[in-house]
Amino acid sequence: MSTRADAGTLASASDAAARPPRDGVQPPSRGGRPARSSARTKARIAELAFLVPALVYLVLFFGYPVVKNLLMGFQEYTTKTFFTGEAPFVGLDNYSAVLSSSLFDKALLNTVLFTAGSILGQFVIGLAIAVFFRRSFPLNNVLRALLLLPWLVPLIASAAVWRWILDTDYGALNRALQLLPFVDGNPAWLTSTSLALIAVIGVNIWLGIPFNATILYGGLQEIPEELYEAGALDGATGWRAFRHITWPLLRPVVTVVLVLGVVYTLKVLDIILGLTNGGPANSTQTIATLSYVRSFKEFDFGQGAALGNVLVLLSLLFAVVYLRLNRKAVDE
Amino acid sequence: MLLPLSLAACGGGSSDQGSGSGGDAGTLTIQDYYNDDPGKTVWEGVYNACAETAGVELDIVHVPGSDLISKVLQQAQSKTMPDVLMLDNPDLQQIAASGALADLEQFDVSTDGYAEGIVQASTYDGKLYGLQPITNSIALFYNKQLLADAGIQPPTTWDELKTASAALTKDGKYGLALSAINTYEGTWQFLPFFWSAGGDEKDINTPEAAQALQLWVDMFQAGSISQSAVNWTQADVNDQFKAGNAAMMVNGPWQFPSLAESGIDYGVVPIPAPTAGAPTVSPLGGETWTVPETGNPDKQAKAAEIVKCINSDDNQLLLAEKNNTVPTKTAIAEQYGETNPAVKGFADLVPDLRARTGELGEQWPEAATKIYTAVQEALVGGKSPEQALADAQNG
Repeated sequence: MSTRADAGTLASASDAAARPPRDGVQPPSRGGRPARSSARTKARIAELAFLVPALVYLVLFFGYPVVKNLLMGFQEYTTKTFFTGEAPFVGLDNYSAVLSSSLFDKALLNTVLFTAGSILGQFVIGLAIAVFFRRSFPLNNVLRALLLLPWLVPLIASAAVWRWILDTDYGALNRALQLLPFVDGNPAWLTSTSLALIAVIGVNIWLGIPFNATILYGGLQEIPEELYEAGALDGATGWRAFRHITWPLLRPVVTVVLVLGVVYTLKVLDIILGLTNGGPANSTQTIATLSYVRSFKEFDFGQGAALGNVLVLLSLLFAVVYLRLNRKAVDE
Repeated sequence: MLLPLSLAACGGGSSDQGSGSGGDAGTLTIQDYYNDDPGKTVWEGVYNACAETAGVELDIVHVPGSDLISKVLQQAQSKTMPDVLMLDNPDLQQIAASGALADLEQFDVSTDGYAEGIVQASTYDGKLYGLQPITNSIALFYNKQLLADAGIQPPTTWDELKTASAALTKDGKYGLALSAINTYEGTWQFLPFFWSAGGDEKDINTPEAAQALQLWVDMFQAGSISQSAVNWTQADVNDQFKAGNAAMMVNGPWQFPSLAESGIDYGVVPIPAPTAGAPTVSPLGGETWTVPETGNPDKQAKAAEIVKCINSDDNQLLLAEKNNTVPTKTAIAEQYGETNPAVKGFADLVPDLRARTGELGEQWPEAATKIYTAVQEALVGGKSPEQALADAQNG
C-alpha cells in the first residue's frame, strides 16, 4: 500500500516538475475535463499522497521499533546477534525467565506503587494549583510561567540536584529537618529500603506537577464564568462551587490528564536511574528500570524486550480505557 | 561572481574527501574511551609513535566510557568496527563471544612474561583476543593527618580495619568510605574482601563469602561507613575522602591526580587481609587492546602491530608512569615498583591480580549482578549475609 502511494507522490512530483506553469492553473482546468471519474481518482491519489509522509514516519519510527521489540521478546538476542545477525527464536523462554524471576513481583509492585503514588500527588497538587491560579492576582502570569520550570530543567540535572538535597549526611533537606524539634536523626532518603521509593515518588511528583497544572488550568478556562455567578446567587461558593460546578465540568479533562499521566509514569526510567539506579537492594526497581538493566547492563536484549512488552501491554490497557472514556466524553 | 566561488568550494570539499577518508590501506582507526587529559595526550602520543613505526596513518576516536559498549555493538551490526579497539578487560569476553574480534595468535602476538590474570582476562575459549599494557586495582587510602591525630596505624587485618574505622568515626566524619552501589562498580569494590576470604563467583552462597559480607555489615551497623555508600560511585567516594568526610577509603590509583590537586596528605596500603599474613586477592583492572574482524587482512596485520607496540616494554613503563598505573609484565612491574614508591603497593599486587572473567568468562555479568545484589540486601535490605547470598545465588 505504501509503495503505491509512494509511486503516486513520485508521479505527481515529476508531473509538477515537467509542467510548472500548468500547476498554478490546475483547479480551473480540472473542472473543464470531460472524464469526471478520472479526475476523482486523481484527487484521491493526491489525497493519499498527502498521507504518505505521516504514514512513512509512523511506520519507520513507531511501527518498526514496536514490531522489532515484540519479535525480540521471542528471540535469544545477545551481543552475538549484533555481529552475526542471528537471533534464534526461543518461544516463550524469555517471558518465563522474566516472569518467574523473584525480582519481577517486586518490580511490578514497585511499578504500581510508583505510578499510583506519583499520579495521586501530581494530580491533587496540580489541580489545587490550577484552581488557585484561576483567581486574578498580581504576578499571576509570571508565577504560572515559573511553575513550568521543573519541566524545562534537563532531567539529568534535576536528578543530580535532588540527590544532593536528599543526601543523608549533608543534604539540604536533612539540614532543614534538623532544625525542627521533633525530628530525631537523619532519614536516609535514598539509601534506606523503606524510604527510597517514597523519595523517588516525591521527586517524580515535583516533576509532574507542571503537566497536570497546565492541562487542568486549560480545562478550567473552558468553564463559563456565568455558572459561578449563578451558583453564587444560590449560595454555592467555595467548596460547594468546586464540588458542583468545577468538578463535573472538568471531568473530561481530568480523564485525559489521569490516563496520559499513567502511561507516562509507567515508563519512567531516567529519574529513577538518576536518583537510586533502582536500589538500594532493588527497592526502587520498576519494570522499566529492570528492562534497562537486562538489556544494557547484562546484554540480554531478549529478556529486556520481554519486560518492555509487559510494559507496553500495561500501557495499552490504559490507552484503551482512555480511548473509550474519550469517545464517551465526546458523545456526551 | 557567485558561481566560481561555489564551484571552488565544491572542488575543495571533494578533494579533501579524497585524501582524508579514501580508505587507503594506510589509515587505521583506533577507538578508546580516554577523553580527559592528562591521559588522553599520553595515549595519543603512544598511538602516533606506534603508527609511525608501523608506517600507517591513524584516525583516533575517543568515545564516552559509558557509551563504548553500545557503540561497539552498533559498529558490529553495521560492519564499521574500528581497526584497533580498546575494551575494559571484563567486557572482552562478551565481545569476543560475539565473534567480532580476531584471534591475536595468528599475528604472532606473544604473552610471554605477562602476569597470569592479565592473559586470562583477554583469553576467551582458549584463544587470545586482547593484550593489556597496564593494569590497576584497588587499595586502602588513608588520610595521614587524621590517622596520626588518632594515633592509629594503617590497618592490615580485618579486625584492625574494624577497630580503626570505628575509632576514626567521630566529629561528623566517617572512618571508612567505599562504594557499595548496585552496579558492577560495587561488585568490584567488594571483590578483594570476597576473594581474600575464599569466596568464589561460581557459587556465592558459601560461609567464606558470608564472612566477607559480615565484615561490611559490621562496619555499616557500627556507623563506621555512611549508609550513603550504597549509592556512591568510586568518584563519590573520592570526593568524600578529599572533603575530609572519611578518614580512609577503598579506591584506585586513577584518583592520584585528583587527590594531588586537593592537597590532601594521604598514604596507600593494600586492602587488609582476613587475618595477619594472609594474602589479599585483588581484582584486575585496566583496558585491553583488540583487533576487530574488519574483513581487511592487511589492515588487521597493521592493527596487530600497533597492539604489540602499545604493549612494548618501553610503552608499558611510559604508560604506567604517566597514568599512575602498573605494567602488566611481571618483570617490568617489579622494576617499576622499585623506582616508584608511590605505586609500589599496586605493583606488588600484579602477579596475583585476579581477572573477574577468569572463571566464568562471558557469564561474569550475571555473577557480578548477584554479588552486588547480595551486598545491598545485607547492608540495607535487612537480610543476614547468609540469607542475602543464598537468595542472590538462587536468583
